[in-house]
Amino acid sequence: MNVTIVDYNSGNISSVINSFTEVAKDKVNIEITSDLNKIKSSDKVVLPGQGSFKSCVDALNNINGLVDTLNEFATNNKKPLLGICVGLQMFADIGYEETETKGLGWISGKVSKIDNKNGKYKLPHIGWNQINIVKDSKIFKDIENNSHMYFVHSYEFIPEDKNVISATIDYSSNIVCSVEKENIFGTQFHPEKSDKTGLKIIDNFISL
Amino acid sequence: MLKNRIIPCLDVKNGRVVKGINFVDLKDAGDPVEQAKIYSDSGADEICFLDITASNENRDTIYDVVKKTSKKCFVPLTVGGGVRSVDDINKLLNCGADKVSINTAAVQNAKVVEDSSRKFGSQCIVVAIDAKINNDGWEIFTHGGRNSTGINALEFASKMEKCGAGELLVTSMDKDGTQSGYDIELMKKISTMVNIPVIASGGVGTLDHLVDGINSGASAVLAASIFHYGTYSISEAKQYLASKDIPVRI
Repeated sequence: MNVTIVDYNSGNISSVINSFTEVAKDKVNIEITSDLNKIKSSDKVVLPGQGSFKSCVDALNNINGLVDTLNEFATNNKKPLLGICVGLQMFADIGYEETETKGLGWISGKVSKIDNKNGKYKLPHIGWNQINIVKDSKIFKDIENNSHMYFVHSYEFIPEDKNVISATIDYSSNIVCSVEKENIFGTQFHPEKSDKTGLKIIDNFISL
Repeated sequence: MLKNRIIPCLDVKNGRVVKGINFVDLKDAGDPVEQAKIYSDSGADEICFLDITASNENRDTIYDVVKKTSKKCFVPLTVGGGVRSVDDINKLLNCGADKVSINTAAVQNAKVVEDSSRKFGSQCIVVAIDAKINNDGWEIFTHGGRNSTGINALEFASKMEKCGAGELLVTSMDKDGTQSGYDIELMKKISTMVNIPVIASGGVGTLDHLVDGINSGASAVLAASIFHYGTYSISEAKQYLASKDIPVRI
C-alpha cells in the first residue's frame, strides 16, 4: 500500500513525515511528493497544512494540476484522504484568514477566527486539549473520549452540515476539531505531535 | 479544556546537554536525544532545546540533534539559540523542529519575526525575551544574557506580538539559576498585556514555583534543573499541579 503525503510547500511537514514513517514501519510505503501521477496512483493521501489558509491555498494552486488531481482522488474516486490543521480547513468553501479565499469546497462551510471573547482566551490556541468525540469515526478506533491532542491554530472550521463533525473541543466555544465525510477525514489537531494517541490515529488512517 | 503545559528545557552545547547556573559554570550531563525521549515518554507536553553558546560557535551540531530527536519524539519540539535569519529558521524546521525561538535577532531586526511568521505561520515562531530588573521596570538582554540593550521588556513584548510572534518565552535573568521561583511580577505584567500565550522561565526550584508560574497567567511553565538533575519527575510535577486544581494533561 502507498500513502502519499502531499508536499506542496505548505510549511514544515517534517513532523508529519516522521510520524507516518514511524507508524508505517515496513508495512506501508510512505511517499512525500507533489507528483500528480504518484498521487493519482496512491491508495491514501495526507494533506498537511501550516501557515495561513490563504498561503496554503496559494501553494496548492501554484502546482499546476494539483487541485484537480486532489479533487479527482477525493471526490470522484472517493479514496481516503486525511487533512491536518490547515489541510482540514481547506475542505471548506471559504476562509477568512488574511483575506477572503476560496477553499476546496469538499465540505460546505467557512473558516473564521476563533472568538477570543475580548482577550479572555489567548490566540493561537496552543497546547493540549481534550477532544469530545461526538460521532463514531473510523480514525477514532480505540481512541478514548476526552483524549488529549495537541493544537496550534487561531482559526476554526465551521461546517454547515453538523453531521460531518466527529469531535469538538471546548475553547471559548465548541470548536470543531475533527470531521469525517465518507472518505474524507480531517483533524484540526496535530496527530503527528499528539504522542501515542496521535500515532494511533495515524495508524487507524493507514489501516483503513 | 486547554491544559497548562510543562516544558522541560535542555540546554545544549556542541551536541551535548549542559545546564548553566546564571548562564556560566556549565556541566556536561548527557545526550540530548535520549534525554528528550525520556521526557516525552514521561509526559512532557513539549520539549525545548536551547543551543546556548550558538551565537558564537559552530552550530551545525544542533541540526543533527534536532533531526535525531524529531524521529523519536512525537510531542512538539522547540529549538532556540543563535537563530539569526529566516534561513536559519527554515533549516531548523526542515530538521524537524516544530517551533523556533528567536532572541537576539528579534531585538536587532524585528523584520525577522515579521517575515518568518508570515512565511511559516505564527504557530512556529516563539520570541524569547531575557529580562532583568532595572530602575524603571525590566530591561531586555541579548546574546544569551551578555549584552544590555536599554529596551523595556514590556514594550518589546507588545511589539513582538504585533510582529506576529505566536508565543513569548519570558526568562527572568535575575531568577535564572537561583531556584528561588519565577519573577512573578514580570510574568503577570506580560501575560496580562499580550493576547498570545506566555511561557514562564527562569528560577524554578520547587513544584510550588510551577504553580505560582501558572497562577501568574502564563500558559506554560518551563524548567530545566529540577527535571534534569532528577529532583522531580515530570509526572510528579503534573500530579502536584493537578492537586492544586491546575488543569494539566495526565
